[in-house]
Amino acid sequence: MAQTVFAPWEDPTEKPLIQFKNVTKRFGDFTAIDDLTQDIFEKEFFALLGPSGCGKTTMMRMLAGFEAQTEGQILIAGQDMARVPPNKRAVNMMFQSYALFPHLSVWDNIAFGLKREGKDKDKIAARVEEMLRLTRLSKFAKRKPHQISGGQRQRVALARSLAKAPKLLLLDEPLGALDKKLRQDTQFELMDIQEKTGTTFVIVTHDQEEAMTVASRVAVMDEGRIIQVSTPAQIYEAPNSVYVADFIGDVNIISGRAKPEGDKVAVRWAEHQPDIIGTTSLPFADGQEIHFAIRPEKVAISAEEPQDAANKIAGKVLDIAYLGNISTYHVELPTGHVIKAQTANTRRLSRRQITWEDPVWISWTDTAGVLLER
Amino acid sequence: MRRFSWFNATALTLGFAFLYVPMIILVVYSFNESKLVTVWAGFSTQWYGELIRNEEFLNAAWVTIKVAVMSSTIATVLGTMAAYVLVRAGRFSGRTLFSGMIYAPLVMPEVITGLSLLLLFIGIGLDRGVLTIVLAHTTFSMCYVSVVVSSRLVSFDQSLEEAALDLGCSPFEAFRLVTLPIIAPAVISGWLLAFTLSLDDLVIASFTTGPSATTLPIKIFSAVRLGVSPEINALSTIMIAIVTVGVITASLVTKQAAVRQARDERMAERPA
Amino acid sequence: MRRFLLIAVPYLWLVALFLIPFLIVLKISLSDIALARPPYMPQLDLSAGWEGIRSFFAALDFENFRFLTTDDLYWKAYLSSLQIALISTLLTLLVGYPIAYAMARSAPEWRPTLLMLVILPFWTSFLIRVYAWMGILANEGLLNQFLLWLGVINEPLTILNTNTAVYIGIVYTYLPFMILPIYSALERMDDSLLEAAEDLGCSRMSAFWLVTIPLSKNGIIAGCFLVFIPVIGEFVIPSLLGGSGTLMIGKVLWEEFFSNRDWPVASAVAVILLLILVIPIILFQRNEQKQREAEG
Repeated sequence: MAQTVFAPWEDPTEKPLIQFKNVTKRFGDFTAIDDLTQDIFEKEFFALLGPSGCGKTTMMRMLAGFEAQTEGQILIAGQDMARVPPNKRAVNMMFQSYALFPHLSVWDNIAFGLKREGKDKDKIAARVEEMLRLTRLSKFAKRKPHQISGGQRQRVALARSLAKAPKLLLLDEPLGALDKKLRQDTQFELMDIQEKTGTTFVIVTHDQEEAMTVASRVAVMDEGRIIQVSTPAQIYEAPNSVYVADFIGDVNIISGRAKPEGDKVAVRWAEHQPDIIGTTSLPFADGQEIHFAIRPEKVAISAEEPQDAANKIAGKVLDIAYLGNISTYHVELPTGHVIKAQTANTRRLSRRQITWEDPVWISWTDTAGVLLER
Repeated sequence: MRRFSWFNATALTLGFAFLYVPMIILVVYSFNESKLVTVWAGFSTQWYGELIRNEEFLNAAWVTIKVAVMSSTIATVLGTMAAYVLVRAGRFSGRTLFSGMIYAPLVMPEVITGLSLLLLFIGIGLDRGVLTIVLAHTTFSMCYVSVVVSSRLVSFDQSLEEAALDLGCSPFEAFRLVTLPIIAPAVISGWLLAFTLSLDDLVIASFTTGPSATTLPIKIFSAVRLGVSPEINALSTIMIAIVTVGVITASLVTKQAAVRQARDERMAERPA
Repeated sequence: MRRFLLIAVPYLWLVALFLIPFLIVLKISLSDIALARPPYMPQLDLSAGWEGIRSFFAALDFENFRFLTTDDLYWKAYLSSLQIALISTLLTLLVGYPIAYAMARSAPEWRPTLLMLVILPFWTSFLIRVYAWMGILANEGLLNQFLLWLGVINEPLTILNTNTAVYIGIVYTYLPFMILPIYSALERMDDSLLEAAEDLGCSRMSAFWLVTIPLSKNGIIAGCFLVFIPVIGEFVIPSLLGGSGTLMIGKVLWEEFFSNRDWPVASAVAVILLLILVIPIILFQRNEQKQREAEG
């Protein structure tokens, strides 16, 4: 391999920047974070992904120092943060509401944190100008927050939190208030800035697409626990549970009983239907409950019976969703299951050969799906 | 998650003690047996008895209520009209003067309002009495009503009126059938405000009244000038009690309405 | 036609009962006192025609205003009104701000109740609220009894009928006017702004000075004007709680009118009082407008 891939989490000699050690956080009776242990490394772009109430925001607020853990230990650069107040942490946060000071200009907002450090004026001015250039805001320095657009406000918030050159930047749903087009542009901008500044970013989001786009690693959370931490590709291609598979992207899930057959596993999922054959490295016992998950784009659809497919089932088309670049077919099986199959529309306005109510075959290879225990 | 703060708790305790202890003392001493207000001599309700037998006070109370009901009612009508004009009538010549005349009485010292009205009444030879007080009170309280009502009208969705017109209402019907029911809470609180302002007013009433009409504040003021008296304490207690009951009832009613609306909305969300 | 009536009725009412009376005050302030009924001259005699109107205007002069400048009672009263209004506004701010702050930081389910508790005194009679302090502040009053009992003082303090009593009375009665605008400014404030300030290196204290105070500035200004403007013309508080040494222009006007029956001078006093008030009123209006624009 000529180029080393950025993956400090795979290097046992690498020291993590952030360490959560058996951290639990309770609000009264409610457990927001449940015995959580996780390392985050320098220069990572780490995404906490999950539905609202899963504890991702609490985790971030504990890093910023706005909440204290009930049990366990949080270390940043090896230092225990238990008694360090927010204003004494080399950590800055970009708030979901941006929290721009409405009475201060863009310039003064960005300079706010620098002034607290008591740096001399020239240095502050130089740093503010640098941040304005980085976020392409130089023209708006004198405006007040209510005189600029949503996207510009987002950049001011980013510039303000980066101005103090923190070791760690926390981003709370940073793009939530932007419309979709702007959000996509800004995602790349964020990655670009993260790379330029070399700052460690921890981002909280409920938008899986956003997490997949920007992050080096994604932690999928549910009910105060991290379910899986991995690179976006791993999370997508090899989810460790139905929850993760279902949360990230579109997926078909078929549940049944396992029947190991050499290096493969057959899934018995319905009477009078052939077993689904899949491959896995996990050991499954005969008769164990098993879930087969497969992404719609890995399911092929055809009018004629395919010859050499490892798995093929007959069904009929229930619905077709034309999305421009792709089409999604909803195929109903005789068992009542509905399986989604996707095809790319690579040819312009090709005469569609499959339409509603048509009998069709769906098929996939034996490595296309994943077999999950839970 | 807010943490308990000693500073906030202290500020609230001291602040509300400052606001309420004087009134509580006033109420407690109205049940004092002694004529000396500052020395406690045992529980007694005798001052209430004397108050009820005191015809001057009763007459003054009656005049005050009469004036308050009349002036607040006229003020509500005029104030609502004025609010409607301010918010909806668009441009007309003299609009600036009009809105100036609505807002000026709010900041005008009472002594000046009273003096100027008195000079007018003398100038046109109007006999001073209940009528002149009503005119005076109506004039300044209609401005308060119009401020209260216009703030509601501003946030009122004008498309509702347009929908009514579209469905065949005349402008007046649209106001009566759509606008008025929706702004009714503001109109009612405007009336209440006008009513209390009138009940409360000493200065303007003193200027504009004649020998035939003495209002309660005028009576209280002349009694109080001579010093503290337990009868006045008793009277104050009754007034405080009425206001407290009134305000608490009003707020409970509004709260209940809000709760009911929230419940109805929840019910409506449920699939049938 | 209906639109015309809708505008005309309240319009004419205000012209007749607000604008015209005010012009009369202006006119009488330029007249002379007379032993007649009404006790001032000249009278406008329209039956004398054009000549009557000319002689009427010829008889108007600024003599009353000159008189106000020669008698130092008046300008002292104006100055003292301003001073009392200024000091009591600051005192009300000092008392009111912590209360408004604590209310805005209290649990959301408590806020409506606290708000009602602030507004409730506003519905009770102003006169009664002032009167309540008479029994407390008197020489043999409850405050002195309490302090004697504590052993803080050996002799009763004279508070009633002094300026101190006036300050207490003003702070007490006008407190809701100060609390409400500050509360509404603070309540609207986004909590994350304070967290952002702390995140960027502020201590709690400096976050308060750099963020909370500037953001409640409009509330503070509004509250101060709402206290300052009416206090200048205040009559009830100085006459019940103040002493013979308490000079306030509202009281002077009242006495000039009811005791001395000098209507022209009373009118002149009123005109000058209004001129003094014009500046703060305009400033207040401008502040309100600025705030509306900032919000809109």
